[in-house]
Amino acid sequence: MIRHVTVATALVVVTASGWSARAQGTASVTAIRNATVLTVTKGTIDKGTVVIRNGKIAAVGANVDVPRGATEIDGTGLYLMPGIIDAHSHIAVDGSVNELSLSVTSMVGIEDVLDPSDVDIFRGLAGGVTTANVLHGSGNAIGGKNAVIKLRWGKDARALLFEGAPPGIKFALGENPKRASQAANNADRRYPATRMGVIDVIREAFVEARAYQSKWRAYDAAVKAGDRAATPPARDLKLEPLVEILDGKRLVHAHSYRADEILQLLRLAEEFKFRVATLQHVLEGYKVADEIAKHGAGASTFSDWWAYKFEVIDAIPYNPALMVQRGVVVSINSDSAEEHRHLNQEAAKTMKYGGLTEEQALKLITLNPALQLGIDKRVGSIEVGKDADLVLYSAHPLSTFAIPQRVLIDGVVYFDRDTDLKDREVRAKRKQALEDKEKTGSSQRPAAPDTTPKPETTPRSEDAR
Amino acid sequence: MVIAAHLRRALMGMVCVLAASANATAQTVAPVAIRNARIVPVSGAPIDGGTIVLANGLIKAVGTKVDVPAEAVVIDGTNLTVYPGLIDAFSDLGMATPTPPPAPGAGSGSARAAVRGPEDRPGSTPWVQAAEEFRADDRKIETWRNGGVTTVVTAPRGGIFPGQAAVVNLNGQRREEAVVRGAVAMPLSMSPPAGGGTFPGSTMGVVAYVRQVFLDTRHTADVTRRYEQDPRGKARPEHDRTVRALQTALQAKLPFLLPAGNQMQIDRMIALAREFDVPVVLYGAQEGYAAATRLARAKVPVLVSAKWPEKSKDADPDADETLDTLEVRDRAPGTPAALAGQNVPFAFYSDGLSGPGEFLANVRKAVKAGLPADAALRALTLGAAQIYGVQDRLGSLEAGKIANLIVVQGDLLGDKSSVKHVFVDGRRFEIPADAGAQPAAARGGRPSQGEQR
Repeated sequence: MIRHVTVATALVVVTASGWSARAQGTASVTAIRNATVLTVTKGTIDKGTVVIRNGKIAAVGANVDVPRGATEIDGTGLYLMPGIIDAHSHIAVDGSVNELSLSVTSMVGIEDVLDPSDVDIFRGLAGGVTTANVLHGSGNAIGGKNAVIKLRWGKDARALLFEGAPPGIKFALGENPKRASQAANNADRRYPATRMGVIDVIREAFVEARAYQSKWRAYDAAVKAGDRAATPPARDLKLEPLVEILDGKRLVHAHSYRADEILQLLRLAEEFKFRVATLQHVLEGYKVADEIAKHGAGASTFSDWWAYKFEVIDAIPYNPALMVQRGVVVSINSDSAEEHRHLNQEAAKTMKYGGLTEEQALKLITLNPALQLGIDKRVGSIEVGKDADLVLYSAHPLSTFAIPQRVLIDGVVYFDRDTDLKDREVRAKRKQALEDKEKTGSSQRPAAPDTTPKPETTPRSEDAR
Repeated sequence: MVIAAHLRRALMGMVCVLAASANATAQTVAPVAIRNARIVPVSGAPIDGGTIVLANGLIKAVGTKVDVPAEAVVIDGTNLTVYPGLIDAFSDLGMATPTPPPAPGAGSGSARAAVRGPEDRPGSTPWVQAAEEFRADDRKIETWRNGGVTTVVTAPRGGIFPGQAAVVNLNGQRREEAVVRGAVAMPLSMSPPAGGGTFPGSTMGVVAYVRQVFLDTRHTADVTRRYEQDPRGKARPEHDRTVRALQTALQAKLPFLLPAGNQMQIDRMIALAREFDVPVVLYGAQEGYAAATRLARAKVPVLVSAKWPEKSKDADPDADETLDTLEVRDRAPGTPAALAGQNVPFAFYSDGLSGPGEFLANVRKAVKAGLPADAALRALTLGAAQIYGVQDRLGSLEAGKIANLIVVQGDLLGDKSSVKHVFVDGRRFEIPADAGAQPAAARGGRPSQGEQR
C-alpha cells in the first residue's frame, strides 16, 4: 500500500512537470547579463551572466556566450541571487491551517486544500520568495502533511506543487498542542494537556504505526510467498504517513521552542530510528546546538522574534549564528505572510548578531532551507543544472534598500516590478468600470432578499507560533 | 399508543385533504386536451397550433393532428405556449433541516458526541433517503409549483454525507405518489460539519475523511466478499451503515454531487473524482465561466447555482472590494453560456432562492449573458432529467412520458411571461392571481420541525 502511494505520487509528478513544460514553453533561452551574481555556493561574480535553457540554469560566469535568439534581461547595476526558500509558511491554504480536533491528524494534508488564488503567493513572490514549505498549524502533537510549493502565481493548485520534493509532516511540542486541548478550543477536552502528554501522544502514535507497518509487511510477505488468499489490511490514512517517517520517506518538521522538549523529541526519534528533518522556531536551539547537530536535524528559526509567550522568553538574536557555528544546518523562515516579503533582511540581521559572513547569511534563506527540505539538488544556489529560480534585486539583498525587480521560477518571469506598477493602473480602471456597471445595474432592480443560510465557514486561523 | 397513532393518521389525512382543497383543485379523472397552442417539446422542434392530450397522468399524444377523446376537458391554448414542467435540479424542498438525526460531530447544541476520528463516521448519514423523508406538506411546494416548477431533485441537508437525493413531482399528493425515483444521487458537503471543534474541523479534514471513507468502503466490500465465500478462520467484517450505503451507491454507479463554486474548488473536485474513481456531478460553479474547458475535458456534468453572487445587502457601502470579487459577480451569470459553448451537460438549481420568480429571473440573466434560450430551457427540463437518468420519463413533451407541463402566456424566458396552468402527473393546478407576487417563504416559511405530515 505504501508502494501504491509512491506510484501515485510519481504519476502526479510526471503529469505536473509535463504540463508546466508545455504550458510555459520553456524551450526558449533567456540570459541575464551584466549583473552581480551571488551564487551562494561559488562566490560572487561581478558583471556575470546566467543563461537559462528549458527552465534550468545552463551557464553561469563572467565570460559566458549568450546563444543567439536568447531573450536578454539587462542586469546592469542589479544583484542576482537564488530565489528565497521559506521553510515555514502558511500561505495558500483554503480554510483552517489547523485540523484542531484531534491530537494526531496525520491523515490531513495541505496539498488537498492549496488555494492558488491567495494573494499572499504574489506578495511573497514580490519579496523574492520562490519556494515555500507550506505547513499545517501547530495545534496538534502530530499535525497534517505539508506541501512544498513554488510560488507560480497564476497557475492552478496542482501546478504550485514542487515536483519531486520529499513529502513532510508537521509535529508540534509545548504550549500549542497543550493549549489546543483546553475546553475553549475543543468540544471535549482532549489529551494531552502537558508536555509529558505531548511526547506520549507521539510515542503512542509510532507504536501504533509500527504495528500497522508489520501488518502490511506480513501481507506483502504472504503475497510474495504466493498466498493468493491473503487479505490486505485496511489502509489507514492516519498511520500511512507515520510509517513513511519510519521508512525514512517523510520529513518531520517539528514546531519546538524549549531545549528540554527538543531533546525529548530527538531522543524519541532516535528510539524509533528516524531523523527529525527540521526543528521549527527552535528559539532555544543555541542551548542544545551540539545535540541538534549530532542528530542531524536542521533548525529553522526567526532572526529576532520572541516574547509572544512564556516558552519563548529565553530567545536571543544570536541563536541562528550560534547554531551555524556549531555545525547545524540553519534557515530563517517567515511563518508569516508579512515577514516572507523581507526574508533577505531577516537573514542580514545574523551578520550583526553573531557575525555571520554574507555567504553564510544568504545560505540561511537559500541553500540551507533547500537542504532541510531535501530539494538542494534542484534549488538554493545559482549553479548549472539547477532550476532557474532567481531574484534580481535593485541593491545587495542583504541591504535594507534592496527591492526585487524581477523574480523567475523555472526560468519564467513571474514577477516584474515595472509590469506590476503599470498593471496597477489597468486593474484600477477595470475595477472602477465594474463598480460603475454594478451601480447602474442595481439601481434598476432591487437586490433579491438573501434567505439562504450561510455556509459554515471556519475562520482563517493564524498559526499560533 | 396504537390509538394515538390512528388518531394521528386520521388527523394527517385531514390535513392532506385540507391542504389539497386549499391549494388547488386537483383533477384526476378526466383526460385533458390543450388545443391550438404553441408546444415546445424540448426534445424536438416547437409545434405551432398543436394539441397535447394528457390521460392517466401521462402524455397520451402531442402533435398537430391528434385525436381528442370525447370525455377530455379541453383547454383553448390560443396565444399560449406549452413547455415541459421545470425541474429544480438540487433542492431541499420537503426536507427538514437537518434531515437526518444529527450524526456524531454534526455540532448542534452542547451535547454533541466526541469524534475520535474517521472511524466514528462524523456528519455521515448516507443511508437516509429523501424519497423516504420528503414531507408533502412543505408549504413552499405550492410556491414553486405555481411558478412552473413541477419536479425537484431534493436531498437531505446537514453533514458531509447527508443522504441520498430523490426526484419528486410536486403533485400535491402523498410522498408515496410524489416520488418519481429515489436514490438518484449522493450529495456531499465539504464544509466541516461542526465548524471546527470535532473531527473533521477543517476543509482538509473533510477531504481526508471522505478519502478514508471511500477506502474503507472498498476494503469492506473486498473483505465481506472473502468472508462470505468462506467465513471460517476469518475475522468478521464490521457492520458499518455508512460504508454499506456507500457501497450500494458505488454498485449502482450513483453520481456523487460535489460542491465546487470557484475555480480552485472545481479543480479540486475534478481531481478528487478521478482519485476516488466515482461518477460525479459538480454543484455551484459560480466561476464555471473560467473552467468550462476543464469541465468538458473531465466530462463532468454541472448543476449551476442560479443564485448569482451578489453584494450582501448589509455590506458596508464604502468597503473596498477586490477586482476579483467584482469580476466574479460580473461574470458568474456567464457560466451557463460558457458551459453550453463547451457542451458540458448542465442544469440549474435554486440554491436557496426565495421562489420560482427569482429562480427564473436569474436564468434570464444567464440568457442575457449569452446562453441561447433553447439551451436554457433544456437545462431547466430535459438536461436536468438526463443528469439524473430520468430522461425516459421526464423533461420533454413526448407521448408516454409523465404529464408534467406548464402553460405559459408569453415566452417563458422573455421578460413578460406568466404561468397560466401547471400540470403535474396530469393533475391540473390553477394558479392564484397573486402567485409569484409574494413567495410562500415570506408568508409562512417552512413547517417547523415539530409538524408532522
